[in-house]
Amino acid sequence: MTSALELRHVSKVYGSGPTEVHALQDVDLSVERGELVAVMGPSGSGKSTLLTIAGSLEGATSGQVFVDGLDIATVSRSDRARMRRRSIGYVFQDFNLLPGLTALENVTLPLELDGVPSKPARATALEAMEELDVAGLADRYPDELSGGERQRVAIARAIVGERGLLLADEPTGALDSVNGEAVMRLLRAATQRDVAGVVVTHEAPLASWADRVVFLRDGHVVDQTVAPPGPESLLAGGDRR
Amino acid sequence: MSVPHALLALLTEGPKYGLRLQNEFQSRTGEVWPLNVGQVYTTLQRLERDGFVETDDGEGARSRKRYRITATGHRELADWLRTPPDLVPPPRDELVIKVLVALQVPGTDIHELLQVHRRHVIELMQRYTKVKAAAAEDDVPLALVADAELFRLEAIIRWLDAAEVRLRTQPAAAGARLADEPVQPTRATEEVSR
Repeated sequence: MTSALELRHVSKVYGSGPTEVHALQDVDLSVERGELVAVMGPSGSGKSTLLTIAGSLEGATSGQVFVDGLDIATVSRSDRARMRRRSIGYVFQDFNLLPGLTALENVTLPLELDGVPSKPARATALEAMEELDVAGLADRYPDELSGGERQRVAIARAIVGERGLLLADEPTGALDSVNGEAVMRLLRAATQRDVAGVVVTHEAPLASWADRVVFLRDGHVVDQTVAPPGPESLLAGGDRR
Repeated sequence: MSVPHALLALLTEGPKYGLRLQNEFQSRTGEVWPLNVGQVYTTLQRLERDGFVETDDGEGARSRKRYRITATGHRELADWLRTPPDLVPPPRDELVIKVLVALQVPGTDIHELLQVHRRHVIELMQRYTKVKAAAAEDDVPLALVADAELFRLEAIIRWLDAAEVRLRTQPAAAGARLADEPVQPTRATEEVSR
């Protein structure tokens, strides 16, 4: 089976000579559709670099990145841009909604940029907003929305259309823990609809929403969780301290 | 978790049989804290002995008895709710001791050891999160129970992260100091305990 995202021996070096920084070193990572993977690590461990390379926002110094089996280094710049618009959804810490556009226009934008006519684009965008329970906010501008509402709109924009890969960088940002959890629930639900998700976070309670947690240290993948047993094992009482 | 006081709280809603108390205790704690029916009846016996509950009639099988809270039981419950829990940590936290001991064992990769424990704690957090994910979003009691466990485990992760940073910045100092000193509860812990 082809992974939705696969990184093979990916390294990234910034600068050269004495200022050289090895942000990622020989990273291997595969994420399947329907799987949510959290990448955890301290500041400077390479988490955000991993995400930008996975989303083809920047290139690797060495190694290969495959999205749906396609080596993104082998496609033209314009095809790569199209792939970013069609196949990959991004969620950022600070939401990155365009302030001059309504919530609906923000969600519609990636479809229109991809050439989808306005009417079907709006209909598809509204469907995504309904899934995230923000269709009622369609005509509001970002500064008229709460932080939690803004992030829901941003997630709607990230999943609109037929995206197979969802990438989120500290998506719960400045939200309180309950709103942060709501965002993780939504990301989890989105990936369960046959989308591969990668979430970068330094917060353990949020990472625990993922199916798999990958630990990054100094640019290396040092460890990952194994599939946890079901919650029923907690009820047996054997683990109680 | 105080089972006696949880049962008293359930009885403030009206008289109940032991089996119903067991079911309600489990459902209202998100079924994270299992409680067998034997524990329920043993606890009810003690509560009855102490005058906190009474039964409709004193005779017959225990499953036929219906329990109700007394005025003394109400006072006991009110007092307990307002009494701060014992938050002073045990003098020797096992994980802290393991890490301190590891610093004195030659050849131990302390960062690998910290990661082993970090992974284990995250895996446990994933299981509690699954409990929450599987429940309805408006199941508040379950969310409260799961959150309590998750935040307790998060504190361990934060301690592991802080330990890692300290040991990266001052590795030699940590080893040398421990080589001269047997593992003891910290002064801070002792002061809190007093």
